[in-house]
Amino acid sequence: MVDLSVNCGGIKSPNPFWLASAPPSNSAYQNCKAFEQGWGGTVWKTVGEPVMNVCNRYGSIDYNGQKIAGINNIELISDRPADVNFKEIAETKKLWPDRAVVVSLMVESKKEAWHDMVKRTIDTGADGIELNYGCPHGMSERGMGSAVGQVPEYCKMITEWVTAVSTIPVLVKLTPNVSNIVLPARAAKAAEASGISLINTINSIMGIDLDTFKILPSVAGKSSHGGFAGPAIKPIALHMVSQVAADKEVNLPISGIGGISNWRDALEFILLGASSVQVCTAVMHHGFRIVQDMIEGLTFWMEEKGFSSLDEVRGKSLPQLEEFGNFNLLHKTVARIDQDKCIHCNLCHIACEDGAHQCIDLITENGNTKTVVRESDCVGCDLCAIVCPVEGCISMVRQDDGKEEKTWNELMAEFKKEGKDLSWENLGEFQKKHGIVIH
Amino acid sequence: MKNLAPKLSHDQYEKNFEEIHPPFSSNSAVAEANRCLFCYESPCTKACPTHIDIPAFIKKISTGNLLGSAKTIFESNWAALTCAKACPVQVLCEGACVFNDKEEPPIQIGRLQRFAIDNYFEKGMPKLFKRGDKKEKSIGIVGSGPAGLACGAELALIGYDVTIYEANQIPGGLNSWGIAPYKTRQADSLKEVDLVKSFGVKVQTNMSVGKNISFNELKDKHDAVFLGIGLGESTDLKISGENLTGVVNAIEFIEEVKKEKWSSVNIGKRVAVIGAGNTSIDAATESIRLGAEEVMILYRRSEEEMSAYEFEFELAKKDGVIFHFLTSPKKIIGKTSVEGIECIKMTLIDAEKGRRRKPVEIPNSNYIIPVDMVIKAIGQGAKTEFLNSITGLKIGDGKVIVNPRNYQTGNEKVFAGGDCINGGKEVVNAAYDGKMAAHGIHKYLSAK
Repeated sequence: MVDLSVNCGGIKSPNPFWLASAPPSNSAYQNCKAFEQGWGGTVWKTVGEPVMNVCNRYGSIDYNGQKIAGINNIELISDRPADVNFKEIAETKKLWPDRAVVVSLMVESKKEAWHDMVKRTIDTGADGIELNYGCPHGMSERGMGSAVGQVPEYCKMITEWVTAVSTIPVLVKLTPNVSNIVLPARAAKAAEASGISLINTINSIMGIDLDTFKILPSVAGKSSHGGFAGPAIKPIALHMVSQVAADKEVNLPISGIGGISNWRDALEFILLGASSVQVCTAVMHHGFRIVQDMIEGLTFWMEEKGFSSLDEVRGKSLPQLEEFGNFNLLHKTVARIDQDKCIHCNLCHIACEDGAHQCIDLITENGNTKTVVRESDCVGCDLCAIVCPVEGCISMVRQDDGKEEKTWNELMAEFKKEGKDLSWENLGEFQKKHGIVIH
Repeated sequence: MKNLAPKLSHDQYEKNFEEIHPPFSSNSAVAEANRCLFCYESPCTKACPTHIDIPAFIKKISTGNLLGSAKTIFESNWAALTCAKACPVQVLCEGACVFNDKEEPPIQIGRLQRFAIDNYFEKGMPKLFKRGDKKEKSIGIVGSGPAGLACGAELALIGYDVTIYEANQIPGGLNSWGIAPYKTRQADSLKEVDLVKSFGVKVQTNMSVGKNISFNELKDKHDAVFLGIGLGESTDLKISGENLTGVVNAIEFIEEVKKEKWSSVNIGKRVAVIGAGNTSIDAATESIRLGAEEVMILYRRSEEEMSAYEFEFELAKKDGVIFHFLTSPKKIIGKTSVEGIECIKMTLIDAEKGRRRKPVEIPNSNYIIPVDMVIKAIGQGAKTEFLNSITGLKIGDGKVIVNPRNYQTGNEKVFAGGDCINGGKEVVNAAYDGKMAAHGIHKYLSAK
């Protein structure tokens, strides 16, 4: 039997799939419907200061005929009074005792205001609080949201106000609109947060209408940046999650967010250290029902791999994270093209010729063209394999036997020991010794 | 036969009978799956007679949850592989796809279903379903075609003891014996039989009910009986010359081809197929593939009244089958073997309101077409003799009459589904009947 249950900083849920604090988690109706479909938890759409929304609120980019590679929004936090939200939260938690109900909060930067909100949240019976330090639009101009997340000192101060009075776990949700995500995470740690949620949305403009010159999304001809989310931001989110997960000082449970559309995406976050994951855009596109495939797909994957609990999976890929200076310079691969599978689109040739290192020749034999790798010149960059449209046609074949290893850091240490400068000549000597030809 | 078509090489036969819808590579399957809009309350699901949650199984292909995809399909349809390859998707799921309204090609649902199911069988049928608690009651099923198998699978998973009685040596019914080999092979059908067996269903082959075991004996032995017996003999043309060598009925001909021993099937140089239904098309296209030089379909009405699907008609025309509409056979000519067929030209006159136009002969328009083989494909009758032997069972218009809610016949212990209740429809209809009848039986037995 596979156990999908998780404990994220003291917040427990039967599976790792939570709704992110966003339009899908706006009301009791929506959250209860999501729980019926199988969602393990929800982070209730941010409750807080009085706000008013505008029309319209979303912009989206399609990619090659597919809808919503990414979506941005200028919707604010909940535009329903805090009282109404707290009442519904209490009702929902009562109906769904086994699911995680986390309440996202955002109020003005006053200790009393935060204390009041935390107390009211605890009174609902909710399982945890998430501090919204991420919202990049509308609220930040009022000194809230990302205006807090971007300044580690504010982040620490407000988190301390909350943890000082909270009897339930407190997650801090971070904005990615910073130069170093680890710093606000450390601030949250210092303020005794129970966990980190990341990432919130990314500052963005979705495009310009070339006929009207309108910036998208447009509110009656006016526009501003919005928060970018959806499949396109996943690589950025994975990176930031990995940075926080790998930081020894932070060392807190993580709720991973950013472009998660299915169980595979979720697993990637978990493999980089996330305990739970949060989803918004995929639900906005296809509805709560997507969780069924998420639960089933994850379960089948765990069974196939022989895992019985997510504890065995979490962070499994993290040990591979290394700094560039520790990569083996003597590791060598070359591209090999399976001529039987090749469909002669010649994309590998032109990609290599114009975009890489000119080592795939286009040869004409008996009137037919053929792509051939000059292995001696191949730098093993992988570009040809990436552009190839045929599964398994181009593979990167390892050339070194793995016995010899030399990293940049080791090489520099050696140079230092031998009293050599880092010069092209000295580097060239090392390359020559190992048969590495740069052209 | 007077003029036999020359035998072909093994490779040529295999080429002629190769699949017309090849499998997807995983790359293309994922690309096609991602094209699916994942509609809500989708028209494709409504159009499928078994109501497979099509967007859900396709979404699962896109995420790589292939076992989950197969599970979603089987939950609705136990003849999933056969249906994936042989369903008339153009008039069912794919015909309903919303892309048709956008003037874009519909999602290739049949091929995607096959991708998920192929993977399931390639993986060695991993266990996806749990049997319910064992029940002390047993059900006897007559016939191991799609209706019988579906009924057996559902009942076994509920927890009943199920035995299927199959007259043939090879189980699977029409899925094994009645589908053109360029759509499915016998091996496909047998995989589905194996799946149902894996739920504990016993399949007794060479066990003809009425011959090897009497129906009453079977009825006494089990707490309920399901009839998935299909149809009976091909209808005769009732014209002279029908006994000549070279006159065959389509069902037997197609069964012979289905053995995949192509070179042992004798085929005339010139073949006339009588009738223009989907079975006629199969017989005609298979004749071409076996090496017949000239194959024609004779039909007494016009193209408009033809019951063959549009895409089957197109396939036959592409194969080079010649259609003689408004042509009715009068007699088959020959000494001992078929030498020709005398036909008469027909015209259509308006019939009563709501009925098809009626064909009438044009006097003195008789003419002879020289042929070496005649394949009769004008329909099949019910297994009347067998059915009449069952007390209480009622037949109307050649079909067993059942309560549409629970598939119970006039005999409360006997349920029925598939071709024997609908007069001959698709595999997918039989699979649905079998499944629904199983729940009818379960309700009946639970109330007892």
